[in-house]
Amino acid sequence: MEERGTVLETDAGHLPAPLPTPLRVTARRGGGRRLPGGSVLPGFGLSLGITLLYLGLVILIPLSTVFIKTASLTWAEFLAKVTAPRALAAFRLSFTVAFVAAAVNVVFGVIVAWVLERYPFPGRRLVDALVDLPFALPTAVAGIALASIYAANGWIGQWLAPLGIQVAYTPLGIMVALTFIGMPFVVRTVQPVLRDIDPEVEEAAASLGAGRWTTFLRVLLPDLVPAIATGFVLAFARALGEYGSVIFIAGNMPMKSEIVPLLIMIQLEQYDYAGATAIAMVFLIASFALLFLINFLAWRRHRREAPEVES
Amino acid sequence: MMVGNRLGAAAQRAVGNDRYGPLTEPRLVRWLLIGIALVFLGFFLIVPLALVFVKAFEGGWHTYLEALRDPIATAAIRLTLLVAAIAVPVNLVFGLAAAWAIAKFRFRGKNLLVTLIDVPFSVSPVVAGMIFVLLFGAHGWVGPWLAEHDVKIIFAVPGIVLATMFVTAPLVARELIPLMQAQGDDEEEAALTLGASGWQTFFRVSLPKVRWGLMYGVVLCNARAMGEFGAVSVVSGHIRGLTNTLPLHVEILYNEYQFAASFAAASLLTLLALVTLMLKSLIEWRTSR
Repeated sequence: MEERGTVLETDAGHLPAPLPTPLRVTARRGGGRRLPGGSVLPGFGLSLGITLLYLGLVILIPLSTVFIKTASLTWAEFLAKVTAPRALAAFRLSFTVAFVAAAVNVVFGVIVAWVLERYPFPGRRLVDALVDLPFALPTAVAGIALASIYAANGWIGQWLAPLGIQVAYTPLGIMVALTFIGMPFVVRTVQPVLRDIDPEVEEAAASLGAGRWTTFLRVLLPDLVPAIATGFVLAFARALGEYGSVIFIAGNMPMKSEIVPLLIMIQLEQYDYAGATAIAMVFLIASFALLFLINFLAWRRHRREAPEVES
Repeated sequence: MMVGNRLGAAAQRAVGNDRYGPLTEPRLVRWLLIGIALVFLGFFLIVPLALVFVKAFEGGWHTYLEALRDPIATAAIRLTLLVAAIAVPVNLVFGLAAAWAIAKFRFRGKNLLVTLIDVPFSVSPVVAGMIFVLLFGAHGWVGPWLAEHDVKIIFAVPGIVLATMFVTAPLVARELIPLMQAQGDDEEEAALTLGASGWQTFFRVSLPKVRWGLMYGVVLCNARAMGEFGAVSVVSGHIRGLTNTLPLHVEILYNEYQFAASFAAASLLTLLALVTLMLKSLIEWRTSR
């Protein structure tokens, strides 16, 4: 990773900005001189330079502090911070609840995507637009709204309380917040795939005697699985790091309802930078693994779709 | 539609104007699925939206306006606008540069670069704030040097701007890269051949080509910049009237049990979200025509 990064930077530094003259066009068409970036368009050095400078200053250098600060800890110190009972409880809670919330979103997300793509009903356009609300609504607003709704005297909470179901200030409440936050991901990854499926494959299935359910399970679902997987991982990754919408509804009891981002926040407030960094390091590794997984899934989907595009 | 043609108009009328005609589920199943979807979305989207406005106006218009006219509230609104006014244009330039480099040229490490642009999406907002504390905080790398020169970044406005820039960095670039890649460079090459300069080509040809995608990216970036909570919360220090953005103001009021005032401030952010969604739908409608 380090090595490839340096290659990028030297590229930006040494490649001169190409001159946009018609000559260049003929030069490329004639296959003679090698153009920077393999194009006649100008601005390669400038645009890549700005990109790398900004990425470096705003993203990479700040992020590297986590790695360098972690490297200053001994292995034993690092392990002690990361495997402290409170940290372990937070990890277990964060990963479990994010997983469950993403799974809930898969079930309902596929239903919502299906309904929005296939069944005309009044207000469909409006509902379709509203699905993106969790992207646009500030997380703190979502947090206080959900906490008020699911509190024991809230709009929904008051009906659940007599049944003995407490949502706010329990892990169930965290799950509600994370389901909200991850909802658009599965819907928005499944929708376009569903739209692009050729009706002919369903006709073929029907003419061969398959019922709708069989057609869905055996014909449509296999096509949807890569999109569902991508949506699941995106929702899971988002839910794992989520802070704003969760802290209002979580109750934030150490060992019981304290998520990892909150634990990091508390340790920062107590100036326990080593502890916060060690836990953040584990979290970053998890995020990078998920990012890699997302890109891998996208690459596989792209490869599956590519031959069709060419034909 | 093709299915409808093949099956004939009569069959299509029999099943309604449905693209999937006879290949659809029994009416009962359809309504059941629509019901499940609407109940799910109702509980998770409509109820929270309604609650924000109901709670905000519980004390009437007067209390609502009072809550927003409070000097601490107006200071929070001003800071939120200031942060967005810096972070959004910077990310606009970055997004255009990144999309131009990635969509128009071939170079080694391009996939790695695309992945790096996505990094802020997968980093927890709290970690996004923390890295700036590690860098500029009192015990951070350059913290002592900054203190000597009397420059405040953490628990001050520059830290809030930086954290917001980090969190919103991918938004414009992510919208533009696939769009520019899909559009190709034929028009740009034509403009250059006809003697336009590089900048002329960029401003007169490339920019108009991507204007809707660009606008969408900016709208999203702005919504996120104004609404960011976790990252800003770490670096802000929550100094009333000085380093509180609107989302932090909402949090403080809520934690002080000033629910009406908290939801009044939250209603502004909710309006912002609704306007963002409206613009998004509008842009999608424009581009699909």
